[in-house]
Amino acid sequence: MDRYARQRLFGVFTRGATALVVGVMGLVVGVTILRGGRVLLADPAIAITPPGSRYMLEGTGGFLHAVLGSVLIVGPATVVSMTLAVSTALYLQSDYSSKRFSDVTNMFLNVLWATPPIVYGVFVLTIIIAIGARTSLVFGIVAIAIFQYPIMTRYTDEALRSAPDAVGEATYGLGATRFESAFMTIRAALPGIVAGIVMGFARGIGDAATVLFTAGRSTNMPAGPFEPATTLPVLIFDQAMSFNAEVRAHAYAASFVLIVAVLGLILTSKLLAGRYARFAPGGRHS
Amino acid sequence: MDRSTDVGQDQSAGRIDRRLLVERASHRWLQAAGYLAVGLFAAIVLTLVYESLPLLAEYSLVQALTSANWDPAQNEFGFLPAIVGTVYVTVLSMAMGAPIAILAAVYIAEYADGRLKTLVSSFIDVLAAIPSVIFGLVALIVVVPFVGDYLAPAVGVDATGVGILTVSLVMAIVVTPFIISLSVESLEALPDELRESSLGVGATKWETIRSVLLRAAGPGIFSAMLLGFGRVFGATIVPAMLIGGQTQLPDSVFSTGQTLPTLIVNDFGELMSLPLTQSALIFVGLVLVVVVWAFNFGAMLVRSRLQRRWQY
Repeated sequence: MDRYARQRLFGVFTRGATALVVGVMGLVVGVTILRGGRVLLADPAIAITPPGSRYMLEGTGGFLHAVLGSVLIVGPATVVSMTLAVSTALYLQSDYSSKRFSDVTNMFLNVLWATPPIVYGVFVLTIIIAIGARTSLVFGIVAIAIFQYPIMTRYTDEALRSAPDAVGEATYGLGATRFESAFMTIRAALPGIVAGIVMGFARGIGDAATVLFTAGRSTNMPAGPFEPATTLPVLIFDQAMSFNAEVRAHAYAASFVLIVAVLGLILTSKLLAGRYARFAPGGRHS
Repeated sequence: MDRSTDVGQDQSAGRIDRRLLVERASHRWLQAAGYLAVGLFAAIVLTLVYESLPLLAEYSLVQALTSANWDPAQNEFGFLPAIVGTVYVTVLSMAMGAPIAILAAVYIAEYADGRLKTLVSSFIDVLAAIPSVIFGLVALIVVVPFVGDYLAPAVGVDATGVGILTVSLVMAIVVTPFIISLSVESLEALPDELRESSLGVGATKWETIRSVLLRAAGPGIFSAMLLGFGRVFGATIVPAMLIGGQTQLPDSVFSTGQTLPTLIVNDFGELMSLPLTQSALIFVGLVLVVVVWAFNFGAMLVRSRLQRRWQY
């Protein structure tokens, strides 16, 4: 085979690999939407039917409690995590800490980012046992917040880093304090930060391993902050492992809702990033 | 003294005080947040180690890691089946996923352009954000029958479809977009002069990619693969749905098995009733953390090593 034939063959391989990856994605999204949509259309009531304690066995009951649980856990967790992530990322900027400190902290953030979510679940569970509490919504929030924190910090740190130096120089030149200057830098980096927050939210809402042991696998509506709750991924996991075929079918309806939510969030992140671009110096004005 | 200027000075002094107060208070808060990452890391390690001690007091580390007998009811904690299962899954899915991921990354970074490139890379982003429980669910109706009804009979094995191979296939799909986007990043970071000078001395595009670009981006791609390794190693939900949960040494890739994370998921229900189980399962968490973190630090080390060796 001469070198040009080899070149063509390689080109075919790379195209094939990409087509395979994109095709698999189409398959996953397509199967979830078609199958889940069919189940949901056949019996729309399963979305809101209040579940009872025996719904796993009898195949009745819907997933509204899990949707509520997801929102009530991931929403507050995202707020907590965002506050911490933006603060950490700000501190890592050169105005506050040394290069060495931010390098070391970034290394730890990378390691936390790669830590398996189940470890966060186990970590929070040991805390629950140690203080004699029981699994509840609040601990679900704590676990998801810990899970999201390194993800969001990374995004925010990158966004702040890519904000133009001129913003800092101009604000210091006007006599601003570090905090006032940081505030303006955040404004300039807002597109990236918002994208990071939405991505963190999307990752948090899709994760099951952290909430599996911390929020409790409740089959009822979330009753209060110290009561057990469940989230959509946990519900899907439990239903998919059920022996009852009807319950297994319901898992597809719930996954339809989950995948639509995640796709919507990604779309939102792209749109918001475009929208907030007007805050960036030299950004597009709309 | 003129009273009015006095008041004015007071006011402006007050304003500066307030601004400095905000500055000082925010500095404290940000400093605390800055140390949070390190603090969290330390808290996790210390908690896991402390909670694992009861198990290690009864068993030696070697005994726990090499015994194949897992029976919490009899106080037998051998992690070998789960370790073997985890290694099987990790190696198989990386062997299937990594070559495809690198080829696709080369396509996105070097061949695709304009609209097509934006389209394909946003598809990859979406794939990376799909919750793994959905991959598991789709695999139940697509991959499980494929392995059970076609693949296993084709090689003359009787299998139900759930097992190590199925998990590896699905994990290869889950981890591919992650490796692709990191590899694309390091390929795109290369300066154009590299491509130009290689093409300028008469190399074909493929020769440029193979001998120059993949080499120059090698450290980045290698550490992307090590990070992918860590991802598969710690994957929980997909194996829990598809591996079958049998705590025995697997005899083929089609047999059911157990991975370290699924051990935690499947056995935590027995937590309250059996004394050492809690400690044993937290020890599993510790093993996960140590291995994944070792991969990470390894990735960083290898990256800087290769960067020095493959300088351009």
